[in-house]
Amino acid sequence: MLGTLTLLLCCQLAGELTARLLHLPVPGPVLGMVLLFVGLLVRGGVPEPLQETAGGILRHLSLLFVPAGVGVMAHLNRLEAEALPIAAALLGSTLIGVALTAWVMSVLSRRGPDAETGSGEDAS
Amino acid sequence: MSPDFHEIWVYLSASPLAGLTLTLAAYQAGMWVFERFGRRPALNPVMIAVLLIAATLMVAGIDYRTYFDGAQFVHFLLGPATVALAVPLYRQFQQVRRSAVALLVALLTGSAASALSAVAIAWALGASERTMLSLAPKSVTSPIAMGVSEQIGGLPSLTAVFVILTGIIAASFGTWVLNLVRVKDWRARGFGMGVAAHGIGTARALQVNEVAGAFAGLGMGLNGLVTAILLPVLYRLFFG
Repeated sequence: MLGTLTLLLCCQLAGELTARLLHLPVPGPVLGMVLLFVGLLVRGGVPEPLQETAGGILRHLSLLFVPAGVGVMAHLNRLEAEALPIAAALLGSTLIGVALTAWVMSVLSRRGPDAETGSGEDAS
Repeated sequence: MSPDFHEIWVYLSASPLAGLTLTLAAYQAGMWVFERFGRRPALNPVMIAVLLIAATLMVAGIDYRTYFDGAQFVHFLLGPATVALAVPLYRQFQQVRRSAVALLVALLTGSAASALSAVAIAWALGASERTMLSLAPKSVTSPIAMGVSEQIGGLPSLTAVFVILTGIIAASFGTWVLNLVRVKDWRARGFGMGVAAHGIGTARALQVNEVAGAFAGLGMGLNGLVTAILLPVLYRLFFG
């Protein structure tokens, strides 16, 4: 637990430093994620302790959104003043995003070599 | 209120302990309500916790900054949690390598469509620039969305609210819109939910079908990456 938490923090720190030094427009933790992902590819598997720690943090992922979410208090004026554009943008873009992504993927994978068996399984 | 009690209250409301405890307690109350009433998408635990805390702070007359002094310990963990997303990404990456091309094209289309349509609709209805910039990364998981929002000049805390609302919208209307466009393949249905609606969409897909859940998790991880790389570049192109 302690060792893998240190590993996660090291990846984040390395990502943070890389982003700053190279002026990359990517958040540090995302680079840290890429770093760990590449590490796993090289190693060819997820070590048991890492699996446990990552699973533990990600199980409670939604808790971590709460402090930022309470920030809604600081934006009540803006949300009220721009209620219509915000509601329309969130609803419209989310439904477009879900539908378009799924549609493009289903059309493309239907043409793929193993598409028939794939959709056959899924339909069952 | 007795003077002693008043002093204790003044001390507690200014210490990090109160904000931290309130965050954990409110979240557990949110989880309890969510489980108790049949895991309905509308009863999102994060939403409930946020409303409970906001109400408590208003009643007690504590400002957001004081609260955040305590809650920042929870907030800080978003960084390591983002790094930890590499683990499920890796596990699913092995599993779904075969449909790589379809996944990649769908990912880029869906990622761009989610961000651009949000900004376009908001712009058409007269939203401010700050609001539009805060809306752009709302389809990816909070830690990444907030980082991107900060980078392109949005308000990270406003983006966090948009991210949660996006997830709830997809969890509520996702099945309906997927049936509307007649996509039956579970892989595609799940991937759409993950790309457009991050963790909350993934949780919803998992409830419906295991294959959909795996592809949703993959979509969420990949879109986090794509959005983090593409949005700041797009922003520089448009707003220079």
